[in-house]
Amino acid sequence: MDILGITITTGAVIATLNATIRQAIPITLGSQSGLLSERSSIVNIGIEGMMLMAAFSGYMMNSYLSGSDISTFADDNMRLGVCVLVGVLTGGLMGLFHALLCIRYKVDHIISGTVVNILAAGVTGYFYNAQTETKGKIPPLISNPWEKGDFLYNVGAVLFDKDIITYLTFVIVGIIAFALFRTVWGLRTRSIGENPRAADTLGINVYRLQYTNLFFSGALAGLAGAYLTLADVGVFERGMTAGKGFIALAVMIFGKWHPVGALMGALLFGFLTALQSQLQFFGIVVPHQLVALIPYAVTVIVLAGFVGRARPPAHVGQAYEVE
Amino acid sequence: MATIAKSGAVKGPQAPSIVTKIINSLRDLSNTLMIPALAILTAILVGSVMILLAGRDPIAAYTGLVEGAWLEPRGLVQSLLKTSPLILSGLAVGFAFKGGLFNIGAQGQLIMGSVAAAWAGYAFSGLPSWLHIILAMGAAAIAGALWGAIPGALKAYSGAHEVITTIMFNFIASRIAEWMISLGSADGKIPAGPLADPNSGAISRTKPVLESARLPVVFEVPPPSVPNLNIGLFIAAAAAILIMLLVNRTTFGFELRMVGLNPSAAQYAGVNVKRMTISTMAIAGSLAGLAGAVQTLGINGYYEANQSLGLGFDSITVSLLASNNPIGIMFSAFMFGSMDQGTTRMQRSGVAPELILVIQALILMFIAAPQIIRWLYRVRVSGKGGQKLSTGWGQR
Repeated sequence: MDILGITITTGAVIATLNATIRQAIPITLGSQSGLLSERSSIVNIGIEGMMLMAAFSGYMMNSYLSGSDISTFADDNMRLGVCVLVGVLTGGLMGLFHALLCIRYKVDHIISGTVVNILAAGVTGYFYNAQTETKGKIPPLISNPWEKGDFLYNVGAVLFDKDIITYLTFVIVGIIAFALFRTVWGLRTRSIGENPRAADTLGINVYRLQYTNLFFSGALAGLAGAYLTLADVGVFERGMTAGKGFIALAVMIFGKWHPVGALMGALLFGFLTALQSQLQFFGIVVPHQLVALIPYAVTVIVLAGFVGRARPPAHVGQAYEVE
Repeated sequence: MATIAKSGAVKGPQAPSIVTKIINSLRDLSNTLMIPALAILTAILVGSVMILLAGRDPIAAYTGLVEGAWLEPRGLVQSLLKTSPLILSGLAVGFAFKGGLFNIGAQGQLIMGSVAAAWAGYAFSGLPSWLHIILAMGAAAIAGALWGAIPGALKAYSGAHEVITTIMFNFIASRIAEWMISLGSADGKIPAGPLADPNSGAISRTKPVLESARLPVVFEVPPPSVPNLNIGLFIAAAAAILIMLLVNRTTFGFELRMVGLNPSAAQYAGVNVKRMTISTMAIAGSLAGLAGAVQTLGINGYYEANQSLGLGFDSITVSLLASNNPIGIMFSAFMFGSMDQGTTRMQRSGVAPELILVIQALILMFIAAPQIIRWLYRVRVSGKGGQKLSTGWGQR
């Protein structure tokens, strides 16, 4: 197919779509993390650090279990399952740490998030040892059932051959969207984001809900980190999150604090990033640095021009004092 | 007369003598310094545990850190050289905070300033040195100001939050800078970037700035050490004092703080909040731009890919540590510059440089949450408690 003189092959389209999903997964999970936190009136700019810490702990666990003789972990699924769990728990604990600083010690949320980010960069960089090996990353959950050459094979190449975290991400977005707007927990969470005083008056334990939600917020960032080292890249690198946590926040605002909106934002960002890495396959000759800035520029333009004034939860960023 | 005498007579016995006044002010001083001192001490202790966990010697590591940063002329000069851009970029963050804006974009503004200074530094020849330096610094300030003002304007007119836009602008700035100094493709299909130096080696960079644009040296380190202390540090210190005066002693500064504390009240009182938002970000950006200029004209002599990676993020910590006080920023920048310089020596005792990040994070945490320190040491100090910076994603 030729569009504007560019030859588009089926292979390139599949590669672009797959790269879109790959890029969008950690950002989607990060945006859901930010969402849970902000809906509970706590600003979370520490997503980046939580992701990094979980990416590190999940990877180190993988490396440790790969080298251990315990028969239970000879099974790949068992080993990787434990590693993902470790990553998720690491994230959850980081979330609780952020909550502790923000709620108990009334630290400014931005400062607390900055502490989380620097601490994660420091701890992971300090303890990371480049001479580590693993027995591999998470395999695809379902392999493509169609034969090569069949048209459906192309559809399958996008739909299947993905790891379990990828599928889980879409399920999680659905669950959060449902829970936030259709359950008691959701109503309470939204109420402490808008007016914790009123919620408190009605007998909601504001702090407990904030701690719980921050644990889940951290756990989601942790899953994003685990995705990076256990499913996507497969190895840990210093500072490998490279701003994904911040982009997740942008995407969250882009989606106006709605889970599905955030998913759409993440997919758009992922698509633009994917396009840039696939552009050479389309045979376009432009300095790659200038193409690489397109996703960021589009995020700014969309944020400023199309989304309009997004309305955050009213009480976000402020400490709440129980009377 | 009578009343004065009377009140004097009444107050007489209890009136504080000079000695008690001095003691009181010393107590105040020790109270204000108590928390930071204990915070630093605790962070260092936690760092020691981490060093022990890695099976190394904490005393050797910290001795190396101090020796490398302060105890040799070369190290001290390097520490001061690393301090100068940190002061300026720290001011870029702190100044914006005073106006209620969270400028995470110092990194991008710094890159733009750096590139502009490099360009102005080699593109104009035959100028007297003082003029050339002013020109190059001015170009950097303007480039940084523009890179700050755009997110400011976006915030003012469309409500796009500056935290997100400035982060995006960081990425965009570094891509633009990479393109400007890129060498193009080998087959010539993609031309080289406009500022690229065809002679640069593995790391692409701009053409070197002319001698007339280099910052004058103030203190020469005895040979064979190369880097000398230049006027960058004094430019940074002057900027800190100017910003302090601007914030605390002018109408503009008053309006700035008013917007920072409560934009709606400021609006009601007749402050043009939109214009304040843009000018706050522009001034912050110009400070970060100057930080880039100090780096390019004073230290490297060119802009190099990733030359100041992480500097913009360090500056956030530098500013937060000083509660955004311009004078305090000078000291916290010196601390960070010294730590950065000392790590090279610390690494000799087998300790990874990232330890410094952990210590910095802990110091920031303890200062922001003084209750932890008070609880740990059972001290009762009149700390200000947590500082309030962000108004969430507050609308304005």
